[in-house]
Amino acid sequence: MSHCPECEAEITVQDLMVGEIIYCPDCNAELEVLHLEPPTVALAPQVEEDWGE
Amino acid sequence: MVRLAILTSRIRVEEKLLIEALRQRAIAFDIIDDGELLFDLSNPDGRWREYDAVLYRSVSQSRGLAVLHILEHWGVPVYNPAAVTETCNDKLLTTLALLRAGIPTPRTLLAFEPQVTVRAMEMLGYPVVLKPTTGSWGRLLARINDRDAAEAVLEHQETLGSYQHHIHYVQEHITKPQRDIRAFVVGERTICAIYRTSEHWVTNTARGAVASNCPVTPELDNLCVRAAQAVGGGILAIDVFEDPQRGLLVNEINATMEFRNSIAPTGVDIPNLMLDYVLSNVREEVVR
Repeated sequence: MSHCPECEAEITVQDLMVGEIIYCPDCNAELEVLHLEPPTVALAPQVEEDWGE
Repeated sequence: MVRLAILTSRIRVEEKLLIEALRQRAIAFDIIDDGELLFDLSNPDGRWREYDAVLYRSVSQSRGLAVLHILEHWGVPVYNPAAVTETCNDKLLTTLALLRAGIPTPRTLLAFEPQVTVRAMEMLGYPVVLKPTTGSWGRLLARINDRDAAEAVLEHQETLGSYQHHIHYVQEHITKPQRDIRAFVVGERTICAIYRTSEHWVTNTARGAVASNCPVTPELDNLCVRAAQAVGGGILAIDVFEDPQRGLLVNEINATMEFRNSIAPTGVDIPNLMLDYVLSNVREEVVR
């Protein structure tokens, strides 16, 4: 169990992968899964100008 | 045994689909986060030699391109190659490659100074489309309907933009039928295509356009394969406009294509066909 860095809601990372982007169920913040063990999430980086296809 | 690496910045739906396809085929692979990379350029890291190929899926075009250049320098096979990716990441280079190959593409002018750029727009006739030469997902595109708008947007670019926004890529506006075509070329075949339909003039699915199946006619296949070859070939997504007078025009080419919205409408297993292409090239290398 991890916690949203924005609102401290409980976040589960079960069945996820490192690098996946999820949304906090409480505050809808965009979160990036950093580690599965121990479960760690952080606010996802903002889209940068060079991101794309 | 074949071993692949997938270079990522974040795990999107596309990467999960590729990973699932690799797992189903029991192909060994590693996911490599570009944020963790450190290269000693004169000392090739032996870990990269473990891979028969590296599939570049970074969301960051600049990071990805840097890695492709380094890995190619070290002799590691990468998809798509650095030169292909570099051309596709830059709209000016893409346009020049298309023109060299005689591929129909919207008329494009390039200028640096704002007053000269206004002249370029008036040569084409309003409306025109102003684009940054780099960038994706339909960001920072401007449809400019008159001189007032042109001067305002150019002043904003000059004041707020980076030096890259001072290179003004001006494209004729194509009156599209509320849609464009996104075609997927893998190797020498257009494997499928979608219409991207939107009430907005920007028809990227990243901007809310709806995907539906577009039949791959011999004309579309031929055009898209030629366009892909014009930039060096590989695994590419070709954006095509339907011009009422001139027919199909190639607008842009994407070297790190997103395809999540295109599998269901087309019924084509895009990630597996991408892997087929990479693996067949790996096997050819082994035979050599």
